[in-house]
Amino acid sequence: MISLRGVTKRFGEQVVLDGVDLDLPDGAVTALMGPNGSGKTTLARIVLGLTEPDAGTVSGLHGLRRAAAFQEDRLCDQLTAVGNVRLVLDRGRAADAVAALREAGLDDDALSKPARDLSGGQRRRVAIVRALVADADLVVLDEPFKGLDRAAHGRMLELVRERCAGRTVLLITHDAAEAEALGATVVTLS
Amino acid sequence: MTSTTAGKAAAAPSARRRGPARAVRPALVLAFWLVVWQAGAWAVGQDFLLASPVSVARRLGELLGTAELWGAVGHSLARIGGGFVAAVLVGIATAALAAAWSVVDTLLAPAMAAVRAAPVVSFIILLLMLPGGSGTLAAVTSFLMVLPIVHATVLEGIRQRDRELLEMAAVFRVPRWRRLTAIDVPAVLPYLAASCRVGIGLAWKAGVAAEVIGLPEGSIGERMYDAKLLLMSADVLAWTVVVVALSFASEWLLALLLSRGEARLATTGGSGPGTSGSGEGPGERADEREVGA
Repeated sequence: MISLRGVTKRFGEQVVLDGVDLDLPDGAVTALMGPNGSGKTTLARIVLGLTEPDAGTVSGLHGLRRAAAFQEDRLCDQLTAVGNVRLVLDRGRAADAVAALREAGLDDDALSKPARDLSGGQRRRVAIVRALVADADLVVLDEPFKGLDRAAHGRMLELVRERCAGRTVLLITHDAAEAEALGATVVTLS
Repeated sequence: MTSTTAGKAAAAPSARRRGPARAVRPALVLAFWLVVWQAGAWAVGQDFLLASPVSVARRLGELLGTAELWGAVGHSLARIGGGFVAAVLVGIATAALAAAWSVVDTLLAPAMAAVRAAPVVSFIILLLMLPGGSGTLAAVTSFLMVLPIVHATVLEGIRQRDRELLEMAAVFRVPRWRRLTAIDVPAVLPYLAASCRVGIGLAWKAGVAAEVIGLPEGSIGERMYDAKLLLMSADVLAWTVVVVALSFASEWLLALLLSRGEARLATTGGSGPGTSGSGEGPGERADEREVGA
């Protein structure tokens, strides 16, 4: 289990997180909800090891393989969709990348285009697939479905449910229905 | 819809008209300056002071058929090109080291600034004072002219890499080689290309100037100096045309190599040797075919 105790983070004068306690049980989905500016993304960055807390402790992260779908797509523009997913995969798993991207609704044309030529929705789906197919014990999904149309949203939600089964997931969302669909324990930051 | 089609149809002949005009324009500009040059030569009236374009073209034609020209081109190309390539390689290495360790940056910054600011003739004189310095003069001079440019520009490129992509790579523990080819090199390549474009012209200018001063045997600079001694301005200008052509050809070749490198990265980035055993194995190639990539 990943445990955060008394985690505090300030940016200048602004206290973004103030003594936050959070447990992420192994193999379960935890949904983090709360208004804009409540520190959800900062907490996710701390879990991912990208930001150091000013105070408090984080345990259970040592040796964990991590994956993330960030709020931004963070794709290499010159690489194809397959190339972007392969970037994070071990050798010999390229077939998984292609299969998962097809499951996400990307056709052959989209798979072979450089990421810079994909639509916003296609790029988002590539970013989500990259997080889902990576060999990771912990998957952080920061508002992953933002900008997807209704059909793509449903498809990707289903893909997350399938691919994240048995893995520790931190989902950041404003949509309680997403948390419910993934059987998540909801934690609200105020 | 109809109006759009009509618009396109109307635009097509216009574009066709612009095409040849655009192609002809450089020739017209060249012709204009040749006329100015010819008028200048007529005004001076002394071929040994300012040779006419016709005299220079004639002399160039004669030189092109001689082993003298090709020997001098080979001599200067090897040294100036060698100095340029060495400067690019060393500049990339020093920029990478400076980006990785601030102490290296602190140590190198004043040295690079001094090399950049110092007059090229100072280096030439210092090299001439060394035993055997004349032989390596052009190579060392072009190296010193290009090194600080490549160092500073590549360092800037490294610092301007996309932080979000670097964070992504850190989270996913993307192997070093893949990160290099997929994130680092594509970010730095435009900076490197810009520094090479600037550097190659400077390398030729400074390299030939060094040859004119140091007179290494068999070099273009030596030929230009001999021509100057004999007041053969047609020869001086013919050799100048050779240097300009070599500079343009080098720039063109560099642009070609860099664009091919960029295209190769777009197709192979994310594969290649890596700490977790990444690579472009047969299975991965098969998948690329499957998706029509």
